Amino acid sequence: MRQISFCEALNEAMFQEMERDPSVFVYGIGVPDHKKIFGSTARLSERFGEQRCFDTPLCEEAMTGFGLGAAINGLRPIHIHIRMDFLLLAMNQLVNMVSNFVYSTNGTLKAPLVIRVVVGRGWGQGYQHSKSLHSYFAHIPGLKVVVPTTPKDAKGLLASAIRDNNPVVFIEHRWLYWAVGEVPEEPFTIPIGEANIIKEGSDLTVVAVSWMNIEALKAAEILAKRGVHIEVIDPRTLSPLDDTLIIQSVKKTGHCLVADNDWVDCGFGAEVAARVSEKCFGHLKSPVKRIGFAFTPCPTVRVLENEFYPNAVTIIRSIEKTLGLSPTDISDEDFYSHENRFQGPF
Amino acid sequence: MATKTSPELELNLALYRKLYLIRKSEQKIIEYYPENEMKTPMHMSMGQEAIAVGVCAALGDRGQIFSSYRSHAAFLARTGNVEMFFMEMYGRGGTLTGGKAGSMHLASPSEGVLCSSAIVGSAIPLAAGAAFANRYKKNDLLACVFFGDGALEEGIFWETLNAASAMKLPVLLVCEDNGFAVHTSKQARHGFRSITEIVRHYQCHVFQEDTTDAEKIYQLTRQAVTAMQRDPRPVFLHLQCYRYLEHVGINEDFDANYRPREDYENWLKRDAVALGRKKLLESGLAEADISREERKLDEEIDRCVQKAKNAPFPQKQELYHGVFHETN
Repeated sequence: MRQISFCEALNEAMFQEMERDPSVFVYGIGVPDHKKIFGSTARLSERFGEQRCFDTPLCEEAMTGFGLGAAINGLRPIHIHIRMDFLLLAMNQLVNMVSNFVYSTNGTLKAPLVIRVVVGRGWGQGYQHSKSLHSYFAHIPGLKVVVPTTPKDAKGLLASAIRDNNPVVFIEHRWLYWAVGEVPEEPFTIPIGEANIIKEGSDLTVVAVSWMNIEALKAAEILAKRGVHIEVIDPRTLSPLDDTLIIQSVKKTGHCLVADNDWVDCGFGAEVAARVSEKCFGHLKSPVKRIGFAFTPCPTVRVLENEFYPNAVTIIRSIEKTLGLSPTDISDEDFYSHENRFQGPF
Repeated sequence: MATKTSPELELNLALYRKLYLIRKSEQKIIEYYPENEMKTPMHMSMGQEAIAVGVCAALGDRGQIFSSYRSHAAFLARTGNVEMFFMEMYGRGGTLTGGKAGSMHLASPSEGVLCSSAIVGSAIPLAAGAAFANRYKKNDLLACVFFGDGALEEGIFWETLNAASAMKLPVLLVCEDNGFAVHTSKQARHGFRSITEIVRHYQCHVFQEDTTDAEKIYQLTRQAVTAMQRDPRPVFLHLQCYRYLEHVGINEDFDANYRPREDYENWLKRDAVALGRKKLLESGLAEADISREERKLDEEIDRCVQKAKNAPFPQKQELYHGVFHETN
């Protein structure tokens, strides 16, 4: 099958959905400019015109309310934020207005608003260009929260989000933009609210979010060489969370590690840990473990930033402890270095 | 009905019916509120009715209304749906909202009220988005949002004013300036002399009036719509009014010492409902004709109150219903 990048998959989903449905439009700060949100909005203003693909003043809150107003009046807006940190300016609209509208009509009316948000990392992004915060949104009833990892999921889930009649916060890790994978050319959807086993295994379950799936797959590859087979589950949708696959997997393996791309404290990992202990209590051979960002603001300098983020090695060391294994020799392993690939500036 | 009718009299009678309906509905709330069955914070429109009535009449069926928590007047002016109004006050099932909205969130999108919000200013950008959708779909609907003078201090007002002006969105931004944000006067809150002077510097249309005459507000709104259609840009409509009752609740609060009773008495001399009635009499409509109209509305209000009081509450399991829209 044809291979394209995560970024191209996002672009193709929007392009095809805009072709399919004239009520879909896309907007946000920098959306039609020459940088095209890292390329993800390429071709849209050229193909669909400025009425359906446009820039906005710097007013995240007003433009979120604007999206809701358009959504409840018959359109399907896609609002893009180039950094999660900027979406915080719109929390009032998101949490007081957007999330409540459908419930205020007892579920009878629609609010089809997609909010695409990019999570930054590396090259000195620092504490205001790197936040993930998906658990903020997953805490709010009335918002769907989608966090794709693979290019295929990016396309299928974004198409689903655009066709959904409810608000969807769609969170994209910047480093995934280069990930390449098989993606069907024709339009297709992947249902929101379904997890995916991205690697089967029998010894330990890793529930990984966004970029941490890439790290978990690398950890799985290294551990497999010594006969340890971990199962990696990508929940893909954090709210509404379907924990069926997670529960089935932990019942099989007896061990669970949540590898989050966010701070651990009061985060998504706590939700998974609670559900696993409630539903798999008698099957657990060890306590659920969680890894994620250091509980500090994200530092700018590389040497500290490398300490801030968990990675494949963090996952391996955690699993070794849980399973009582000696440390794996990783001196010959070749780890990802997006830092070396990514030469900035953003 | 009146022996001599004219378009002007018809208009004033229609405006008066709405003024009377809103005033009497709220008086009915005051009458029944002590029974403690209406468990929803009442931000009463009393004293401010002329603005909603004049504006909504001018927009007619094309109007798409967004409002604040003080939304009784706007809701009734646009929809006339007294039955739903009292079902919401009493929190009964069977309405669009299924008891999930109440006094601060009155809405009936199919009847032209799209959303009412209790966070000051937060419905303003929704109206801009709705106006965008109307332009996008090339329909002739008119998005309009009501907000108080407190909203002028919120960033969302300025954000939306700027964006709507830059994007040339045909949206009506209607400020119901009653001079107070809860109990704080605008003199204490506003670091500017004149809001209209500032807003005039934006690329929008500005209209202002200090009147309790719903007909004047109707005419002004029609002018505003004409201007907006000739030169598509937002309209800022700044209108003075006075809140008769406390910020939230059914009582007056002139003994709280933040505003003098004399202000109220002065405004009462130009009371919108009394003025509307006086104008009908001056137009030649007989007292008996007016009274007959009033009795019809009284009966409708009574019927709706009783219907709401006797209606069932939502079923407990409906708590979880409607968080998401489930159909495609």
